[in-house]
Amino acid sequence: MMERFSNPVLMKELKLRFRAFKSFSGLMFYLAVLCIFVAGFLLIYTQFSGTGFFKPSDSFMMFSILSVLQMGLVMFITPGLTAGAISTEREKQTLNILLTTTQSSTQIIIGKLLSSVVFLILMLVAGLPLYSLVFLFGGVSPSQFITIFLFYLVTLIAIGSIGIMFSTITKKTIVSMIATYGAMIFLAGITAFFFFIGVSMEQMSAQPGNMQNVTPFSPITYFWVSINPGALIITTLYPEMASALESVVGISLPIWIVYLIFYILITAICLFIATRKLRANMKTNR
Amino acid sequence: MMVDIQGLTKKYGSFTALDNLNLTLDEGVVFGFVGANGAGKSTTFSILATLLSPTSGDAFINGKSVVKEPKEVRKLIGYMPDFFGVYDQLKADEYLDFYGASYGLSHAERQVLIPQLLELVNLSHKRYEYVDLLSRGMKQRLCLARSLIHDPKVLILDEPASGLDPRARVEMRDILKHLKSMGKTILISSHILPELAEMCDEIGVIDNGKLIAHGNVATIQQQLQGDKRIIVKVIDQIEKARRFFEEDPLISSIELLEDSNSLAFNYRGSTEDQVQLLRKALLADIPVYALREEEKDLEDVFMAITKGADIV
Repeated sequence: MMERFSNPVLMKELKLRFRAFKSFSGLMFYLAVLCIFVAGFLLIYTQFSGTGFFKPSDSFMMFSILSVLQMGLVMFITPGLTAGAISTEREKQTLNILLTTTQSSTQIIIGKLLSSVVFLILMLVAGLPLYSLVFLFGGVSPSQFITIFLFYLVTLIAIGSIGIMFSTITKKTIVSMIATYGAMIFLAGITAFFFFIGVSMEQMSAQPGNMQNVTPFSPITYFWVSINPGALIITTLYPEMASALESVVGISLPIWIVYLIFYILITAICLFIATRKLRANMKTNR
Repeated sequence: MMVDIQGLTKKYGSFTALDNLNLTLDEGVVFGFVGANGAGKSTTFSILATLLSPTSGDAFINGKSVVKEPKEVRKLIGYMPDFFGVYDQLKADEYLDFYGASYGLSHAERQVLIPQLLELVNLSHKRYEYVDLLSRGMKQRLCLARSLIHDPKVLILDEPASGLDPRARVEMRDILKHLKSMGKTILISSHILPELAEMCDEIGVIDNGKLIAHGNVATIQQQLQGDKRIIVKVIDQIEKARRFFEEDPLISSIELLEDSNSLAFNYRGSTEDQVQLLRKALLADIPVYALREEEKDLEDVFMAITKGADIV
């Protein structure tokens, strides 16, 4: 029964990934960054003496910064894991053989994506002991914690799909890598930039007499902030900020819903393109 | 028939890589595909392996269209490309296990098949070795075992002996002979033409995307009989001999060979005519001590055919 649902590419990729030294060095780097941050934060707040107080609000602050940092790490690592998924097979001349097996394009693409997702989940899980420190000091509800992790999952699947798509449509891994990091920078940085530009322009175009009032900004500016992963984490942790943004734009569509719709759409489109383009030299994609 | 290629054409812009290729092969036939680099062999094989769509035409493997039913075709073929890579971190048995699973074989089936295939390609002793540590010849044999894991009816082997040392080449040839005895239909391309001649039931010569000759080696050689090359050796009087042979209407392109006592010419006559020619030469006091037909191997056949003459 299990064999019917097993994906050979997934099993092979997991085997290869967990035998590679770079997987463990990557995991070590990830945990080291988190450790340095948590230890540094605790030391600063306890004034390097170990005798200072650490209030639940401080713990919440640590959780917030840790969440944004972890989102940043996930976004930084995901392209590295997925952007070479297909192009590396092509460069190593293993793709043609794989394409002559009876596996469908969908099976191959999903297998490649899942192997990266599984490794990223392992990274998140490996970081849980550090998160447990937050619970030790209180200030964070389990629901917030679970919500944040679900958003990580959605984000890493979406960026993973972008990586797989570029890896399929470009011939070289380096090109795919650059394109995927470009997309990641767009989502994490350029959207924030567009948001601030939009807010500034709308502030400037507002009536001088109304400067005291909150200037409503356009749905497109709201869209830019809605698809920004950093903004999502902040508005999830500080719901009052989300409410303020919604009231200003006058749209009663929470940021997290826009975020989910956008990233699920991105995932679906990227996986569709990757599946269609995997057997690019064949008219039929079977 | 097992392989039926109908009007297969592949164009890349204005360049025609494959031009209206027609070919049929029966079950159990070993077909050697001969042609220069870029002649269209790999393009043909890529289309048959469902990696490439033809611009027009179609090919059928056991009645299944490579264009319309590629997934069905993949079950029927085992493909070995001219250049291929391996996964660094997999062991030989894991390599075969992965491809077995990729063809939908159950774990139990794979456990039975893998030792048998490794035995077939003489790699049982390397079962637990990492694939990237194997020699090139071993990798080629492992790739051949991989192409057999789902017991395909047709094997498509693109230059399976390329880059191998003589010993590895002999080992590969022995394995292919064994596969032939198992009744597999094998399509094989190679630059090592004499090796193909020994092994193949039929050969096809492709040049500039066109199949210019197809048949067994003997048939194709027969097509060249009109141009058979005769070598005559005389003790002396080479100029007299030359004048004598020049007068014969069946002889053309006469030339003096480097040893200065031998002549070579193209002869259009039959074997009986050849006997008469020798008799006449001796009666004319030409001191002929040897007259023989130059043997043509597959290499010569290929060179003669690809000179430009459309024989088929």
